[in-house]
Amino acid sequence: MELLIGQMFAGLSLGSVLLLAALGLSLTFGQMGVINMAHGEFIMAGAYTAFVVQQALGSAGVSLLLSLPAAFLVGGTMGLILEELLLKRMYHRPLDTLLVTFGVSLILQQMARDIFGAPSVDVRVPAWLQGNVELLGAPIPLTRLFILALALTCLAALALLLKATPLGRRIRAVVVNRDLAESSGISSRRTDQLTFFVGSGLAGIAGVAVTLIGSTSPYLGPNYIVDAFLVVVAGGIGQIKGAAIAAFALGVLQSVFEFSTTASIGKVLILAAIVIFLQVRPQGIFTLKTRSLA
Amino acid sequence: MKHQMIAAEQPRLLLPQAEPQAGGQRSGRPQYLEVRNLKVVFDGFTAVDGVNLDVTQGDLRFLIGPNGAGKTTIIDAMTGLVPATGSVNHTGTEILGRKVHQIAKLGVGRTFQTASVFENLSVLQNLDIAAGARRRPLELLRRRRGTDPAVDEALEIIGLEHLASKQAGTLAHGQKQWLEIGMLLVQNSELLLLDEPIAGMSQDERAQTGELLRRIGASRITLVIEHDMDFVREYATSVTVLAGGKVLSEGSVAQVQADPRVQEVYLGTTPAKGH
Amino acid sequence: MSTDTIRRTTGGFAARLTSVRQSRTGVLAGFAAAAVLLLVAAPALLPVFSLGLLGKFLCFAIVAVGIGLAWGRGGMLTLGQGVFFGLGAYIMAMHMKLADAALFGGSGVPDFMALYGTGTVPGWWEPFRSPVVTVLAVVLVPGVVALILGLAIFKRRVKGAYFAILSQALAAAFAVLLIGQQATTGGSNGLSGFRSFFGFDLADPANKRMLYLLTAVVLLAVVAAARQLMHSRFGELLVAVRDQEERVRFLGYDPATVKTVVYVLAAVMAGVAGALFVPLVGIISPADVGVTPSIAFLIGVAIGGRSTVLGPVLGALGVAIAQTSLASSFPSFWVYFQGLLFVLVIGFLPGGLASLPAVLGRLRRKRNDDGGAARASAPATSAAPVPPAVPRAHPIHAAASPLAAVPAAAKEHRP
Repeated sequence: MELLIGQMFAGLSLGSVLLLAALGLSLTFGQMGVINMAHGEFIMAGAYTAFVVQQALGSAGVSLLLSLPAAFLVGGTMGLILEELLLKRMYHRPLDTLLVTFGVSLILQQMARDIFGAPSVDVRVPAWLQGNVELLGAPIPLTRLFILALALTCLAALALLLKATPLGRRIRAVVVNRDLAESSGISSRRTDQLTFFVGSGLAGIAGVAVTLIGSTSPYLGPNYIVDAFLVVVAGGIGQIKGAAIAAFALGVLQSVFEFSTTASIGKVLILAAIVIFLQVRPQGIFTLKTRSLA
Repeated sequence: MKHQMIAAEQPRLLLPQAEPQAGGQRSGRPQYLEVRNLKVVFDGFTAVDGVNLDVTQGDLRFLIGPNGAGKTTIIDAMTGLVPATGSVNHTGTEILGRKVHQIAKLGVGRTFQTASVFENLSVLQNLDIAAGARRRPLELLRRRRGTDPAVDEALEIIGLEHLASKQAGTLAHGQKQWLEIGMLLVQNSELLLLDEPIAGMSQDERAQTGELLRRIGASRITLVIEHDMDFVREYATSVTVLAGGKVLSEGSVAQVQADPRVQEVYLGTTPAKGH
Repeated sequence: MSTDTIRRTTGGFAARLTSVRQSRTGVLAGFAAAAVLLLVAAPALLPVFSLGLLGKFLCFAIVAVGIGLAWGRGGMLTLGQGVFFGLGAYIMAMHMKLADAALFGGSGVPDFMALYGTGTVPGWWEPFRSPVVTVLAVVLVPGVVALILGLAIFKRRVKGAYFAILSQALAAAFAVLLIGQQATTGGSNGLSGFRSFFGFDLADPANKRMLYLLTAVVLLAVVAAARQLMHSRFGELLVAVRDQEERVRFLGYDPATVKTVVYVLAAVMAGVAGALFVPLVGIISPADVGVTPSIAFLIGVAIGGRSTVLGPVLGALGVAIAQTSLASSFPSFWVYFQGLLFVLVIGFLPGGLASLPAVLGRLRRKRNDDGGAARASAPATSAAPVPPAVPRAHPIHAAASPLAAVPAAAKEHRP
């Protein structure tokens, strides 16, 4: 029983990290069609933001709380610059955005090496997040609980943003029909910029979260980016709730696979599971229904 | 331009000499399309609701009706693009429930509201690809030398001979539509489903397209979706009126126009709000 | 078929056929020149070490030809070519390890296995003792893996970004799998320290030269095959599938078959390249096959011109040469440079250098136009007669149709 609870929670915890990494992507990839490989480096930038803030402030607790908005701004600003300089001219060839942003991610990784050095750095966990709580006899680390809460908060905030705010309505209008939205007075440029800002900002927040469970290095991005994309693909493009379900499902599956086999075989099994799942639902868990030929 | 489209005295692979007529061919064993109780439902919304249709080879049937009547959806269902229930029988073969490319191989060809040709390939290459679905693999791996006689004839029928090596993407809108029709011809389609073939065309191009339809329709089962009533009056041999996913009326243009139900649907509530 | 038809067929296209034949001699001459350069000039002029390096670059060029077919012509952004490259490479490396162990070790167990593992050869290694099985497997294993994946993915119409991401995940999983199996795959160290290649001593310069020549011949064959494919009817069909996959269905083709064939071909090319890479370079490790090297394969293809025959080859060679000369002396600069290449080429010159003349021409024409008097905005039409320039009368009432069906008497009610 303890083992089961422990495994379940390990899965949920993994899922919450995946969800944080993938939420921003489901905006930029799902809603805008941009395949941003530099999203992983935005996560890394968020992690280094947490490191820098802690170096400046000293106190682990205050700096963690301050890092969250700071990393959101850092990630968001980087995204905004990327969108303005490169991506805005590429919306008609989404596949090429993948390669362009891959080039950007190479540059950002090297910049991180040049600024912070290749060896990894550690961000101290505040005292109030150290230790475990007991859940039905299984020890649950407080950091993991914090990340789960953070992921759910971001999910709720994003869902609220899309559902209930004017920006959300504009985003959805542009996704459904860019031309129509433009002709009805919605500035798709402004909407694109804001969408990209929010999506990339979420990567920054994910970066702060991962400093709590591991060390930070210039190679952080590639560890998350592929899995994050798989979450969006399995969830269904443009579907926030699909991404959430997929993230937790993949998290639980992966911890089960890894528990019963090895970490490396677990990875392969996860991929196989996704390919098989796409046989049943080629468009992911949820799909947008259209009458178009494409 | 027009003179090029008039038949030359050459051996005909694609065009027997004949005129389309209401009710289709009466001699021999004509091919036919028989649609029974066709139903398409999207998320609880019934777009096509129990449609029955009978079209015989040689009949130039036009499908008209207000927006949202389900015209394009019927063609989508018949070509396997959207799932549907009921039966679509093409001269003895049930085509409903098969995959898109299998239906095409059974001699069912269609065009789209927005002409969709392969813009990066030449006119000739477009036609050659359309002619090739039955080619064997080894034949596919060889370079194209010379052309299929059918491709040559189709080029002549659609009047694009002089543009054969031109990139399809550079064609004028009307020419693209003709190229699509040409692709149906070399594809050996016996059942032609044309979705608004003259939309966006100039008056001249409309007339040429009408003549083209008349020539190719004489020996095929043809179903044309069209909005322009002048065009329908001029070229249709029979008309089916659709409204709300159901067949409202069927017959000659005159019969259909005299049908009070048709008048009601087309007028709708307009007299009340019109003034 | 009447003689008349035949005459029309041949006569109508005589002009085009001649031009094809003329370009054909040009192509043959170019091919012969490349063959002389690679097979005669390079071995005569280059020292053995450089020749080995060139051989390594040619391996990347072979991979690039496959990517040019799948991505440039077929529109499949395959980010997992490292997997197929790695399959070919590891199969060859396993065979060479086993052969070395039998020749030099006596025990028949590769050195690293004794170090990290149980000291016994795992069962799935055994078939690769046979040289015949190895050569077959180098071609068949990548091909079959690609066939299964291709059918699973393309038949269900998974395409575009979905396909790109899945192929990338495949590369990630493959690298993780290799690293995780230290005892049987050498882990992150990979497999290295080979001494013989099918019985030939790898230390002998003459054998190194032969190995290079073998690679060059394979590259020439692969380029010839790719060219034939691109100019065949299948090549035209492939472009049609790339541009309008759904439309092709309505002509009676199954696009999934077309795409799978090309995907398998590209995989086999990558596998063969990997198998040649191992004896030439002397090591294969997960660092050569993971996500980053898989994407890096694409940049040369993009620079040269993704949809041309030679562009991918020349681009891949150029990037490999630049990397070798820059990366060792300025490693940090090389990464920035590589990143910038992706950004600039894909972002601003998607057709690669092959499209540069056309792009420059367009720019010049645009500048001239802007400078000159305001010209008619109509695009330049060719000399061919075009339908009369009647203004496109779009009868609005006809488009908004239903009204047109109203009998004349009813029309009076309309405003």
